[in-house]
Amino acid sequence: MLAQLDATPVETPEIVWAGLLPLLILSAGALLLVMLRSVVKRLPADVEPHLITAIGPITVLGMWFAAGLAGTDVPLAGLRDDMGEPAFYIGLALVMVLAGTLVRTMEIGLDAAITVGLGLSAFAATWGIWDDRWQVTGPFNAIGDQFAVDGFALLFAGVLAASVVLVALLLDGYLRRESLDGPEMYVLMLLSAAGGIVMTGANDLIVIFLGIETLSIAVYVMAAMHNRRTESQEAGLKYFVLGAFASAFLLYGIAFTYGATGSTNLVDIQIFLSSGQLVDNGLLMAAFGLLLVGFGFKIAAAPFHAWTPDVYQGAPTPVVAFMASAVKAAGFAALLRVFMLGFFSHVDDWRPAIGALAVLTLIVGSVMAIVQSDVKRMLAYSSISHAGFILVGVHAASLAGINSVAFYAVAYTFLVIGSFGVLTVVSGVGDRATSLDDLNGMAKRRPVLAFMFTVFLLAQAGVPLTAGFVAKFEVINAAVDSEFYWLAIVAMLTAVVSAFLYLRIVLSMYLGTADGDAADLGDPIPKAAGLAIGIAFAVTVGFGILPGPLSDLASDALPALIGAG
Amino acid sequence: MSDYLRSYLTVGIFGLVGVALVGVFLGLGRILRPDHPNLAKNEAYESGVEPTGDMWSQANIRYYVFALLFVMFDVEAVFIFPWAARLEAYEVFGLIEMAIFIFILLLGLIYAWRKGVLKWV
Repeated sequence: MLAQLDATPVETPEIVWAGLLPLLILSAGALLLVMLRSVVKRLPADVEPHLITAIGPITVLGMWFAAGLAGTDVPLAGLRDDMGEPAFYIGLALVMVLAGTLVRTMEIGLDAAITVGLGLSAFAATWGIWDDRWQVTGPFNAIGDQFAVDGFALLFAGVLAASVVLVALLLDGYLRRESLDGPEMYVLMLLSAAGGIVMTGANDLIVIFLGIETLSIAVYVMAAMHNRRTESQEAGLKYFVLGAFASAFLLYGIAFTYGATGSTNLVDIQIFLSSGQLVDNGLLMAAFGLLLVGFGFKIAAAPFHAWTPDVYQGAPTPVVAFMASAVKAAGFAALLRVFMLGFFSHVDDWRPAIGALAVLTLIVGSVMAIVQSDVKRMLAYSSISHAGFILVGVHAASLAGINSVAFYAVAYTFLVIGSFGVLTVVSGVGDRATSLDDLNGMAKRRPVLAFMFTVFLLAQAGVPLTAGFVAKFEVINAAVDSEFYWLAIVAMLTAVVSAFLYLRIVLSMYLGTADGDAADLGDPIPKAAGLAIGIAFAVTVGFGILPGPLSDLASDALPALIGAG
Repeated sequence: MSDYLRSYLTVGIFGLVGVALVGVFLGLGRILRPDHPNLAKNEAYESGVEPTGDMWSQANIRYYVFALLFVMFDVEAVFIFPWAARLEAYEVFGLIEMAIFIFILLLGLIYAWRKGVLKWV
């Protein structure tokens, strides 16, 4: 029997390597980082600072090559031709010197510097594919018919890469303050983001599952990484047990989908469902339900949100920033891909379920936040209510809906990393000072940081001139366009309710007076964390005043299904 | 009866035969074997070592690292066997894939080794 099997060679899928470049940079980079750091444990003290400085120029070169390879197979030929050869190389050298000085002034650690470099290179690769390949030849499949590269996947891959960069900057100072130094956290974060990129482009339910598991398992460990804080361990365990449970639901949903449609491939599912061959759709409805439970857990939608407050409160604050930005964005990308592409012909069947989830999530997120006294818990509930807003965009099930989700995901990523970034800095050693009282009088101790935090919070509330306002506006606009006025009204009402929560934090920062033993003594902010918060602030305000570029980007970013061959 | 339900009948008969078979053999053994119970026979058997202490003893926490490492290579073997059986069919592509897979697992071992968990302290 074995001899018979051996006769035919197995067909291997066609692979477009350039389309996989962001994924490869993050995952291979993570593996190299863990290898380097386990072989060379401690560098000589006179070599390390120079090596770290060198990472700046190397990153610039890496971005140059990544963007070029991903786009045109020749590093940045376009830009070089536009500027002329000498001007281009002089400019490149100048940028490299600048990057070196920037790294030096940031006083950043080796692992963080490498991670930032990898994240930036992955971002450049995404940009290269977007600009020179996707916009020229349209969406394409990167591995057989399993992994698609389209505008939607690229935008979310860019979001993931950006959140890796910002969170790495936050982690650097945090890990040093908590004396948890080591490459582990960065490696896990890179692997997790690689899993997220798999999710955003997956054309097959099994591939989505693989991506979710890669993403989640790394984040479970990251949540429990603070090994001297029992809350952190508790958060990790809770997240792991409930997350494994949700994965089982998701897998069960995939099995039911296979039972109903005869395939796990989104293209085949879509063709089968739109041909109307499915007469009895009981099995499919069960599949919708189970898949929604699985995705609902990852994006923290009520009633699958119970883990969120505990995990967000217990996990290390920069990790929470990663969970609230990257994990949520990847979850929404996968949810939208499966339901809008695979199941679009049955939109009337799944839409009510998403609508119910959205309403419940909005109400739970905004009302429960009011009664909290811990700022991390408050922001956990506010992240639940943001998930509700994004679900309103999914519920619209229209082009405007997809665009609004993409816009919201980008804006929210920077908002939430900024908010948790500020909390990382002010919460003191061991993340102790996270209650509302601990923020009392923060405006006197740290006026700049308090102002930025205020802007982030107002943006989360949806105040005009911030990206948060435009995001909320687009989502509600999409709901109104699809004539779901009731959902739009619920969304607006809950936005008012949650504004109370944000204003409460702002009030305690500006009007509260600190009692003598404040945990936050106003130590200098780590420069790298300051840079991350500054970038988040600039993006939030920038896209709030001029939403045009991001809006165009989001409306270009449409998911596409391409069949094999 | 439809074909579909008849296949359940097969499963049912199979189950019944299984239970009956086990019952018959255990029953035969009980009828045929001599039966002289004493105290020594009822003691727990631990590879010839005399059992001591309470049964609620704690296992050393250090064993968990070895359990984890064992799982790592156990899983590796599970994936390598089917690949090795069809080695020729997968050609060079399969060889490279497996090399990458083994490299990643090896990386785990190197990390564990440098972390010092292989040393028994």
